[in-house]
Amino acid sequence: MSDTAHESGGAGPSHRSVEAGVAVVVAAVGLITVLGSLKVGIGWGDEGPKAGFFPFYIGLAIIISSVINLYQLFTVADDGAVFATWDQIYKVLTVVIPTAIYVAVIPYSGIYVASALLIGLFMMWLGKYSVLVAIPTAIAVPIFFFITFERWFLVPLPKGPIEKLLGF
Amino acid sequence: MFDDIGNLMHGFAVVLQPQNILLMVVGIVLGVIVGVLPGLGGANGVAILLPLTFSMSPTSAIIMLSCIYWGALFGGAITSILFNIPGEPWSVATTFDGYPMAQQGKAGEALTAAFTSSFVGALFAVIMITLVAPLVASFALRFGPAEIFSVYFLAFCSFVGLSKEPPFKTVASMMIGFALGAVGLDQMTGQLRLTFGSETLIGGFDFLIAVIGLFGIGEILLTMEEGLSFRGKSAKIDLKVVIKTWKELPKYWMLSLRSCLIGCWMGISPAGATPASFMSYGIAKRISKRGNNFGKGEIEGVIAPETAAHAAGTAALLPMLSLGVPGSPTAAVLLGGLLIWGLQPGPLLFVEQTEFVWGLIASMYMGNLVGLIVVLTCVPLFAAILRIPFSVIAPIILVLCAIGAYTVHNNTFDVVMMLVFGVVGYFMKKANYPLAPMVLAIVLGDKAEVSLRQALLGSQGNLGVFFSNALVSTVMTLALIALFWPIIQNGLGRLRGKGAAAPAQ
Repeated sequence: MSDTAHESGGAGPSHRSVEAGVAVVVAAVGLITVLGSLKVGIGWGDEGPKAGFFPFYIGLAIIISSVINLYQLFTVADDGAVFATWDQIYKVLTVVIPTAIYVAVIPYSGIYVASALLIGLFMMWLGKYSVLVAIPTAIAVPIFFFITFERWFLVPLPKGPIEKLLGF
Repeated sequence: MFDDIGNLMHGFAVVLQPQNILLMVVGIVLGVIVGVLPGLGGANGVAILLPLTFSMSPTSAIIMLSCIYWGALFGGAITSILFNIPGEPWSVATTFDGYPMAQQGKAGEALTAAFTSSFVGALFAVIMITLVAPLVASFALRFGPAEIFSVYFLAFCSFVGLSKEPPFKTVASMMIGFALGAVGLDQMTGQLRLTFGSETLIGGFDFLIAVIGLFGIGEILLTMEEGLSFRGKSAKIDLKVVIKTWKELPKYWMLSLRSCLIGCWMGISPAGATPASFMSYGIAKRISKRGNNFGKGEIEGVIAPETAAHAAGTAALLPMLSLGVPGSPTAAVLLGGLLIWGLQPGPLLFVEQTEFVWGLIASMYMGNLVGLIVVLTCVPLFAAILRIPFSVIAPIILVLCAIGAYTVHNNTFDVVMMLVFGVVGYFMKKANYPLAPMVLAIVLGDKAEVSLRQALLGSQGNLGVFFSNALVSTVMTLALIALFWPIIQNGLGRLRGKGAAAPAQ
């Protein structure tokens, strides 16, 4: 990890280290694929090639191409570019973390209540909207989705205790 | 041939039913919105809205979904010209001359030229589909497993050879797609594989979830990182500007024709609309007498990429319909739709589902016409959407993505997977791995694998089966040429470079 500031932006993790990390993860996926294929057999069975035959070679191809990517990454000189500045990473996390909570809450609260909270908090926290604007929007959008999906297109979405209370 | 014309007319009759016209307009409007908004594009827009069609007849469903696709293609041009922000990757080349035109106060001309050339490009490709698709399909009916595999092989090799990304990153991305597609039940032996004892993995990874995550959530994260603020030129198109521009356009027929051909070619091979638009722009710039003016607000620089992008986007449906091999991620999502409605894409579709196929082809003609009218009249409305701050749009798009992911299998775990794919997509995009090959590999993995294994079973494991007759050898050779195209091109360039200076690449 290099913390050298790039000319155009601020400090952040270097592009090269992140790219190397991606290549390692990719190779790991390939390794898992190879191991999983070996478990079910990669040879020739009664019905021709066994279930692991195809994924085995796919896994090998993933590992080989990832190794080549890694090799190519380290044969060129490091240009010192950052992957993203800490400020940018912070911004990305302000989306990822609320979304992760949102996704985790859906099975318990239903999608409508969770969505209202996500929209409302997002607007107030990141958009600096006043409560008077954020709350009506946060309530109106899920109601619009409810009418569109459940009524017009007859697609049921997950519902929680509050919807049950309202009799849906 | 005459049968086809009769079928097409019947298709028009189906499409022109009032209910279907309404769906068409709804589809176009939704599509333009999808195309205008960052984070929503053709592929994930169609994927998210796919559940809306579960209760419709397949023909109505495909009309609406394909219109969302046309709308998204049109919508990309609006943001490029007015805001200098490409709403879609294929409209990046449109910003080069479209935005300067808008700065000079010629936004109306630029938009009219963009929409009209989009329409021309799409029309050209639809006519090509009408004429060629039935022939390809009837030809493909005689394909055995080896031939089918060779077509898949060609599709995937072209990705590696033609994409802008480093070839081994394309291979890695594609192979991960195949690996994800292989998880779950093996179709030939009924055996579970790569599930590692997990029950949630028995069903495998659904590519719709991957599309929504990779393209939808991933794109929002990228947009968030860039911290977009939209400051656009105002747009108004009145009839006078439209007619004035239309009078000017026939002058550029040669440019249009060339862009159409580039688009169709790139669309059929799975390179897709984005490289088509760049290639068309580049060639136009080199050939045009006013080439020096490109980048400063030259109308030819708007016509070339838009025509090619639309021709490519439309032509991508040809292999999807006639061979079951989609030419772009969006075509792949439409193919996924066909499977959900119980239709088997591929050559048999033309025999067994005549009404559906010709309804779809007729809707391509009508959809693009309706699209042209809708975008020409509603530009200010769509531009206004972009002025809604991102902190309002972003959570709404997140909610839409979640709804789309949930409704694929009515499963909340899929929503979690969507977010995982989103983060993965963000890292892949930043590290320059292309996403489209991965999505196509998840979709086609099973089919490619089954045809490979059947072919090998028939030949008792002899790889010679892929060169056993003229047809399959030709396709395999083409595939290998496509795979090693960068190397071949390099070699040719060097040969030529001995005499004159090497062409700049």
